[in-house]
Amino acid sequence: MKRELPLFLTAVIGLFMILSFFVPHQWVSVPADFLQVSAIIVVAFGYVLGGANVLRVNIDAIYKRIPGWPFKLVLIVGLVATLTIGAIEGPGFLNPGTRSKWIYNQLYSPMQATMFALLAFFIASAAFRAFRIRTVEAGLLAVAALLVMLGRVPVGNVVTQWLTGSLHGVIPEGLWNAIQIGSIQDWIMNVPQNAAKRAILIGAAFGVMATGLRVILGIERSYLSGED
Amino acid sequence: MGVPLRWFQARPSRRAVTWIVLALALVLAPPATRAQDAPPPAPPRGLVGADVPNDAGRAIDLWWTRSPDDMPGVQRVTRYFLERATSPSGPWAIVDSVGAGNESKVDQTVRRGVEYYYRVAAAGPGGITQALGIYGPVRATSQWLNRTRWSVLVFTLLFFSFVLYYIWSAQSGRKPFVRRIPGIDAIEEAIGRATEMGRSVLYVPGITDIDDIQTVAGLVILENVARLTARYETPITVPVTYPIPFTIAQEMVKSGYLNAGKPDQYDPNSVRFISPEQFAYVAAVGGIMMRDKPAAHIFMGAFFAESLLLAETGFATGAIQVAGTANVHQLPFFVVACDYTLIGEELYAASAYLSGDARLVGSLKGADLIKLVIIVTIVVGCGLESLGIHWLTQWMVTQ
Repeated sequence: MKRELPLFLTAVIGLFMILSFFVPHQWVSVPADFLQVSAIIVVAFGYVLGGANVLRVNIDAIYKRIPGWPFKLVLIVGLVATLTIGAIEGPGFLNPGTRSKWIYNQLYSPMQATMFALLAFFIASAAFRAFRIRTVEAGLLAVAALLVMLGRVPVGNVVTQWLTGSLHGVIPEGLWNAIQIGSIQDWIMNVPQNAAKRAILIGAAFGVMATGLRVILGIERSYLSGED
Repeated sequence: MGVPLRWFQARPSRRAVTWIVLALALVLAPPATRAQDAPPPAPPRGLVGADVPNDAGRAIDLWWTRSPDDMPGVQRVTRYFLERATSPSGPWAIVDSVGAGNESKVDQTVRRGVEYYYRVAAAGPGGITQALGIYGPVRATSQWLNRTRWSVLVFTLLFFSFVLYYIWSAQSGRKPFVRRIPGIDAIEEAIGRATEMGRSVLYVPGITDIDDIQTVAGLVILENVARLTARYETPITVPVTYPIPFTIAQEMVKSGYLNAGKPDQYDPNSVRFISPEQFAYVAAVGGIMMRDKPAAHIFMGAFFAESLLLAETGFATGAIQVAGTANVHQLPFFVVACDYTLIGEELYAASAYLSGDARLVGSLKGADLIKLVIIVTIVVGCGLESLGIHWLTQWMVTQ
């Protein structure tokens, strides 16, 4: 019963939610909306468990003085202080002038921006490795990337217009436009790139459906824990 | 040619000063003061309404003909106000408004089955003018079937039939062939390497909540990975973003250790709730990578801007990295920074591949067959469109 009941509920609710996609009638849509909204209640309980886990893991690490324990102390102090200040300030805790708002603006936002800003450096180092031409495929990738990068900045268009300027009026207008770097990068993005992307998306969409169906049918049941 | 000096030296007459002051007052007066003189705009007309089809009876579509004063070159209308009542005699209440130039609006504040009357007013600097007539009664009703989703229904039923057939076929002993997926094979290799080095395995199940199926797929793979780490007696660390995936991840890891016959080795602290905030999570996972130096990093699930931050930090530590995601825009980052990458549907196939369960593998075969049907449909659709026949395309348009 410990496994059968969750499997039964998963199957019934899963099929009902699929049905709600095709049947807009209130007898289906209203309960479906209710089920989706109810998830918030479950999530609220989940946060209590999550918070307890954060405290347990980090207090344990501080107690055992594992390497880097002062960072965990900072985390615990930050967590408790933010939570306490927010609780004291009540529902309007994010109104202008509150301490919670100050924490958000002066501490949280700059730290978040700092982490995000690191992405620029990581992209540079990853691009450096990606564009090393060691195989034919890597060569094609590097050439395509170079064309797209040049085609997306004004200087790229200026250079190709300068290079092909003598041909303007000599060859047909359509052909002249096609050999401009802006047109080439448009073609790369709209044709081969889009085709590959859509192929992956179609495959992934059926993977989503197959996974959903496996869960609904109870074939995929590892999420229930316990022995197979 | 210069301006005669006497023009400035001459004293202006009282009459001239009066005219100058009046002219300045007219130019500098606030628009509201002057608007009092402007006439109200001509009313809009032809208001018509209808129930929005294929919904649960929650909206009424309204459209009208613009006021003659709301045309190019004549801009005496600023907004249209929609008023609603349950009786032709009122009382009327404003339910919504749209800017000048608009001719339609969907009222999404209606109650199902209630009869409503509507009228529309044009407002401008000169005042508000009601429409000459009212429209009604109109009623929002719910439908039993969304007719724009016929094509989706057909393909869904077809897909389910294929999957069920192959599952049944696998159950009766015919296990379908599945090609080798190097990325999934690499997971065991990575765990083996971590075992040899005496270091841990880091498993990241994406950064989205459980409502994203990629997270579900990531968590299902986690159970298989935990089973392998339990078998090899290698510690595993699973940092999680949201509380619901966190509780499920705990169950998955526990289940993996149980199924490997080593429940006593399960460490409750191996699954850690970090934070739903994207970059706070990145900071924490980056810290785990740099401090604990896991020998294998496995990223399976939905990733966004943090994909490269995680994968590059992992690359810097020298760990073997296997990633899988269906987020197309993040795939290039993983391909560059990881040793193996599962692309799109391979992520969803991984749990079936790892478990070796014939029924799960059968579901993959069903997905392959529907893809063949889709490819044929696309080719036929391209042909029909080229011939100027549009019914297939129109049939597949959904709302």
